[in-house]
Amino acid sequence: MKTSDTHSEGDADSGRLVVMSSRVRLARNLSGTPFPGWAKKADRQKSLESMKAVVRILPEMAGALARSMDEFTALEKQLLVERHLISREHAAKTVGSGVVISESEVISVMINEEDHLRMQALMPGFCLREVWQVINRVDSELEEHLNYAYSSKLGYLTACPTNVGTGMRASAMLHLPALVVAEQINQVIQAVNKLGLAVRGLYGEGTEASGNLFQVSNQTTLGEREEDLMERLTKVILQIIEHEKNARQALMEKRPQMIYDQVGRAYGILGNACVQSSKEAMNLLSMLRLGLDLDLLQGLDHKSIDDMFLLTQPAHLQKHVNQKLTAEQRDVMRASLLRDMLKDVGRPKTMLPSPPESTEPGREDQPDAA
Amino acid sequence: MLCDFCKENEATVHFSQVVGDKVSKIDICEACAKAKGFTDPGNISMLGDVLGEFGAGQVTPESEGLRCPVCGFTQANFKKQGRLGCGTCYETFEAGLKPLLKAMHKGERHVGKTPQKAVTSQESSEHLKQLEKELSRAIKDERFEQAAQLRDEIRALQAKANPSTLV
Ligand SMILES: [Zn+2]
Ligand SMILES: [Zn+2]
Repeated sequence: MKTSDTHSEGDADSGRLVVMSSRVRLARNLSGTPFPGWAKKADRQKSLESMKAVVRILPEMAGALARSMDEFTALEKQLLVERHLISREHAAKTVGSGVVISESEVISVMINEEDHLRMQALMPGFCLREVWQVINRVDSELEEHLNYAYSSKLGYLTACPTNVGTGMRASAMLHLPALVVAEQINQVIQAVNKLGLAVRGLYGEGTEASGNLFQVSNQTTLGEREEDLMERLTKVILQIIEHEKNARQALMEKRPQMIYDQVGRAYGILGNACVQSSKEAMNLLSMLRLGLDLDLLQGLDHKSIDDMFLLTQPAHLQKHVNQKLTAEQRDVMRASLLRDMLKDVGRPKTMLPSPPESTEPGREDQPDAA
Repeated sequence: MLCDFCKENEATVHFSQVVGDKVSKIDICEACAKAKGFTDPGNISMLGDVLGEFGAGQVTPESEGLRCPVCGFTQANFKKQGRLGCGTCYETFEAGLKPLLKAMHKGERHVGKTPQKAVTSQESSEHLKQLEKELSRAIKDERFEQAAQLRDEIRALQAKANPSTLV
């Protein structure tokens, strides 16, 4: 049980509070072979089998899950999407595409997505350098067995010209509740965009941010070294963390009652509601996480909150009860799961009310006009 | 590929959005394109179809008939899908892709990681050039014994670089 993270926070710690996860993804293709989107089905099946064989013998992949996409149920695919282990596009694939996922789920290699190989390393917390090292090593190992499509001028050749060069997409998932509440988030997004970096909602392009979760990533892949990009991205993320911290401090100084209230309401609703929509749950969990960061909650840690974010997603709920649920049934199940997960968490701290300046006694207690 | 918005329908409309001086790519279905107003050029700064520029700007009698020798891809395919057919397409359609890459990216040349295999072949080709220079100097100076040695070394290196070719 960790409840006082904020008191001992150095820069690394405050990074961990704001950054939920770090990910680096590499796109690679085989030389002399059509990209998956242009290859014939039989060729895709053949290349899938040969690439799957090479990927699963990597030392990192001991005990890995290695399957063709037609071997998953729709629910299992959705589960992998929610865990950020495959893309939504890949979930729609069947025969001729596959995935290899390491036992720890840190490494995932999608085979025959848009590119022959889309490999990623994903870890909780602010650790871009670490995930880069992990996936860079996987890539170097694969390269010994595979002939990559590569040109000394354009680098790694990809199906879409937007990925050519390093084929790399590095990203971090940030929790930015104070910037959203203080209405500074759009300014921050615009500033980050100007630096050639993209900011998106939780599940990537085209989805509105929910739960105050934002993904920051590079947009370009040609003309910049991987290490230089990582350094640039890291610096920008550190600045965003700084802005979020300042916004939190300002809110606690200027509108503390509002923050206590929001956290208290989140706790009250999540701990007692019987029907809970996904969107509302995400936003309330965000407030609960903020409360934890601000040391207003006892008996809860970051991992359990991050688990709540994940376990209340539609596919995870259905996995939990092992049956297909309608949207209405999911809302009931979500509420019940959250009530259960919060039952041992104590009520959040409250602020003592300051003496009212002008008293209007009984105003709230007055019965409705007769 | 699926629509970026609804994630359900097949994306049939592909275009780029200009943000600052960068271009980002959007793939959407017919229905979402209409619903989101992406068909109205005044609504959003549009570069047109990614390949609109590629195709329209570069269509000449020669380029129109271009077909990738490895995968059979054509410009019309690129215009339709917004994706290329294989690695060799980058060479086949180099002229048309050049302005596109320039608009999309930070630079025009790759400066990042290089596969070890490519490093080795690059190094050996530089080494080869060096040996050839030494060979011609040796011949010019009439150092024939050394020239013979250099020639053997060059042949061995060439054989290694192209294992299938008989030197
Ligand atoms: Zn759509
Ligand atoms: Zn081609």
